[in-house]
Amino acid sequence: MAAISREEVAHLARLARLAVTEDELDTFAGQLDQILHSVERVGEVAADDIPPTSHAVPLTNVMRPDEPRPGLSREAALAGAPAAEDHRFRVPRILSEEA
Amino acid sequence: MTSTATGELADVLSRYEVVLGLEVHVELGTRTKMFCGCTTEFGAEPNTQICPVCLGLPGALPVVNAVGVESAIKIGLALGCDIAEWCRFARKNYFYPDMPKNFQTSQYDEPICFDGALDVEVDGRTVTIGIERAHMEEDTGKSTHVGGATGRIHGATHSLVDFNRAGIPLVEIVTKPIVGTGADAPAVARAYVAAIRDIVRALGVSDARMDQGSVRADVNVSLMPVGATEFGTRTETKNVNSLRSVERTVRYEMLRQAAIIDDGGVIVQETRHFNEATGETVGGRVKETATDYRYFPEPDLVPVAPDPAWVEKLRAELPELPAARRARLRTEWGLSEPDMQAIDNAGAFELIEATVSAGTGAESARKWWLGELSRHANEAGVELAELAVTPAHVAELQSLVDGGRLNDKLARTVLSGVLAGEGTPTEVMTTRGVEVVSDTGALTAAVDEAIAANPDVAEKVRSGKVAAAGVLVGAVMKTTRGQADAKTVRELIISRLGAE
Amino acid sequence: MTDLTRRTAGELGAAIAAREVSSAEVTRAYLDRIGAVDDAVHAFLHVAGDAAVAQAGAVDARIAAGEKLGPLAGVPVAVKDIIATKGMPTTAASKILAGWLPPYDATVVRRLREAGLVVLGKTNMDEFAMGSSTEYSAYGPTYNPWDLTRIPGGSGGGSAAAIAAREAPLAIGTDTGGSIRQPGAVTGTVGAKPTYGGVSRYGLIAFSSSLDQAGPVTRTVLDAALLHEVIGGHDAADSTSIDAPVPAVVEAARQGAAGDLTGLRVGVVREFAAAEGAEPGVVAAFDAAVATLTKLGAEVVEVSCPHFEYALSAYYLIAPSECSSNLARFDGVRYGLRAGDDGTRALEEVMSLTREAGFGPEVKRRIMLGTYALSAGYYDAFYGQAQKVRTLVTRDFTSAFEQVDVLAAPTTPFVAFPLGSRTADPVAMYLADLYTIPSNLYGGPAISVPCGLSEGLPVGLQIMAPTMADGRMYRVAAALESTQEPRLADQTPEVTA
Repeated sequence: MAAISREEVAHLARLARLAVTEDELDTFAGQLDQILHSVERVGEVAADDIPPTSHAVPLTNVMRPDEPRPGLSREAALAGAPAAEDHRFRVPRILSEEA
Repeated sequence: MTSTATGELADVLSRYEVVLGLEVHVELGTRTKMFCGCTTEFGAEPNTQICPVCLGLPGALPVVNAVGVESAIKIGLALGCDIAEWCRFARKNYFYPDMPKNFQTSQYDEPICFDGALDVEVDGRTVTIGIERAHMEEDTGKSTHVGGATGRIHGATHSLVDFNRAGIPLVEIVTKPIVGTGADAPAVARAYVAAIRDIVRALGVSDARMDQGSVRADVNVSLMPVGATEFGTRTETKNVNSLRSVERTVRYEMLRQAAIIDDGGVIVQETRHFNEATGETVGGRVKETATDYRYFPEPDLVPVAPDPAWVEKLRAELPELPAARRARLRTEWGLSEPDMQAIDNAGAFELIEATVSAGTGAESARKWWLGELSRHANEAGVELAELAVTPAHVAELQSLVDGGRLNDKLARTVLSGVLAGEGTPTEVMTTRGVEVVSDTGALTAAVDEAIAANPDVAEKVRSGKVAAAGVLVGAVMKTTRGQADAKTVRELIISRLGAE
Repeated sequence: MTDLTRRTAGELGAAIAAREVSSAEVTRAYLDRIGAVDDAVHAFLHVAGDAAVAQAGAVDARIAAGEKLGPLAGVPVAVKDIIATKGMPTTAASKILAGWLPPYDATVVRRLREAGLVVLGKTNMDEFAMGSSTEYSAYGPTYNPWDLTRIPGGSGGGSAAAIAAREAPLAIGTDTGGSIRQPGAVTGTVGAKPTYGGVSRYGLIAFSSSLDQAGPVTRTVLDAALLHEVIGGHDAADSTSIDAPVPAVVEAARQGAAGDLTGLRVGVVREFAAAEGAEPGVVAAFDAAVATLTKLGAEVVEVSCPHFEYALSAYYLIAPSECSSNLARFDGVRYGLRAGDDGTRALEEVMSLTREAGFGPEVKRRIMLGTYALSAGYYDAFYGQAQKVRTLVTRDFTSAFEQVDVLAAPTTPFVAFPLGSRTADPVAMYLADLYTIPSNLYGGPAISVPCGLSEGLPVGLQIMAPTMADGRMYRVAAALESTQEPRLADQTPEVTA
């Protein structure tokens, strides 16, 4: 069922924001195809009536009170920034208004 | 302009039915963010309300704000929703620079509130809006675009990001498709957003300041041929942040889409933006990659399963909601339904309520807000609430009228002074020197002068044609430059002429 | 005290508390050892050096002032580089975080510091913990002290090798699919994955949030238990943290060390035994270990866990899916690498170039695999099905633990393999985690304890226990360890640079 194409890998790379090279497209297409073939057997066992498990521990309602806690100083927050300006994180021009 | 648009709209509606969908984002007024203990004050210095969690630092983990959940449940209850016995957060995955984790912690197929309804009144007609869901999520940071002419993305050389807003709790309220509103569609959209705003304010869960973005709407509009059952392709105009803009967006999109379809074109499913200055919506960049948010249950947060007893307690504690309050006040005020509608349409309900609370009669309060003040608001192109006059001012003004110190004309003069920022009504009255002349000696002299100057009229009045006294009253008002009480003047004239 | 690096952590802690030796002396001894052998082993990405000595001095002062600290106060500890350490480089062995100095400590690190442990430095690993050999570190591999031409396991190869080479008496690892246990097995050290939720994940750079768990890497079972008690316990900053006292693992380890397992029922998973792929030497060492447990009084029975054979497949969908989302934040906006920002390119392109340059091939592979498994049209068949398998695996554990107290299995199907021998074939590499993954899907605790040699290389026995019954695995592991004289960890060949 898997059989993943080079074009699909290119699409995945765009979704994942990875500027993969042409060589990588070929390599990853082959590898992802191989991996997907080996993992698609998950479809063999799980019947419709089996509920999915998303969390290892069945906790519910873990909440905190609405009380302020000290955060980071602006200097600490911006210290790791690749670029900052005017106390803000500076990024190159953005193409689109929304993702 | 408006009448032309209405004409065009009528033309559109002869061929198409409009389908609306509204997604209203309400920023909650919690003290801290949805998933961390950072404060949420509006207008703080950039990047001063952030921590490892809301900055998306590696390793940081979210913890749910209990008041955020409580507020979402209250909103759901007020909208007649069912409250989920069990629900989860989900990650909505997409890249954007003002979203620190490059996923938004939201809810997907398991919202905390679902399946409600809200009635809104438009021109005496009740429209029931189905509520699909209300779910919890977090806000993004804010980008400032630098180097362009207009501060917009287009043309900017770079952008600067402030994460203070990132992680502030939002409740997104999503309607079911709204059909059959016809020419009222723009007004229905506006009334719905106004109703949501009023409800969340009444609940005390949000300051509901549209001007600060704490209530904003994504407006979905599509057209389909009259009689069709399958909806047309919709556009989504994002982040519309005033009631007026909501209304204009719907109207504009209806006209724009109809023109395209009429020309044999097709509507592109896209997000658009409303430009306040031009009144137009503008399309975004066409994306090369179809949106695929890859939602999955948020593994860092555990499910929320509100205790039914807690939900019932919140239900019992709900404050009186705007619709119920409106019905009650209509009775208390003794106003007609058309008067109430006019109040609704003008957005004057709370202003009038506050004015009445300050001691003014409901009818007088209504007259001020819907008459003189609405005229000022229209001229200035602003909402009533944005005028520089408060309900307390109006109440004070009316009490000056009731006390005989101002007549209607003088009161309007005083009001324009208040609107101009000259002070309270009493202060304006004093500084402008416009108090009613009540000195009877001076008035009597003015009356006698008027009688002497208009012997024919005086004779008519003497002979019983009391209605003719109006001319004399006008003459007296002229000589006193309006600073007399017309009723007093009239009585004085009649008594001087012995007409009774 | 001669050669401090040969003492157990428990012994060092006692000696420091008794002021027979200072924390500063112990710390210097380990820093010297690192200086002597780490060029050959490359277990560390960052050595704290002066900062560690300063911290040790501060602990000595606290002890001198009569402050009552825990049993490991003053003992150095190496921390896997995926855990945030305030002001100390934390890269997750990725170029994308080169030079990042976290402005905060992970809860685990805070607890270490509060208990007086001295952070020696940060250990090497597969990039973002994705791998089974530490060959996917962006900063070069770690070498197995038993044979420097072989891998030390992964992802936590650095922590395990540091322990095996006596570069640290204690280390912290993280285990998403076996990253503590498998390196433990192939380096002859002890590695314990606590119950999911037993140790806070706050500050642990997320690979797969629903599977990740931090735990101890040590030379002895008791040391692991002592370290477990320091780092374990509820943390309000981690929503998935279990609000219950830390299981009494030290007591259980001491009890086990007495060598009596009478009344304990040990289950051997039939499907693992039947599965192909385990090396004969590993099977032989495992069988011998099971025989030893029987000799110690345990009753060994075979149990069936029919869905374990699907666990690996489910894992390689769930973990990549979560990682594709967890690693989205590395975009060159707020921290870390930014590549390709030449002033002409738009943000979207710079982000993609940054991620392309910053991530290694295995990370990219998993991000794309996860992106695929979560995307519209494939979610149900892949991620959704994998979550159902997770339910089935959990049910297998639940029913097995109705019959037995613990499950036993080899930790990994093969001994340390030569560097480079599996990197070309991702699926062959993934098999290293065949036996460790079920516990991650289930959330229960599991430990790897050395149980013998195959072809002169260590083999690990894995003991799996029910959730929050962490004590049981320590008891069994300690009992097995008590039969070994000298301990396997003390037989590591001397590293020659």
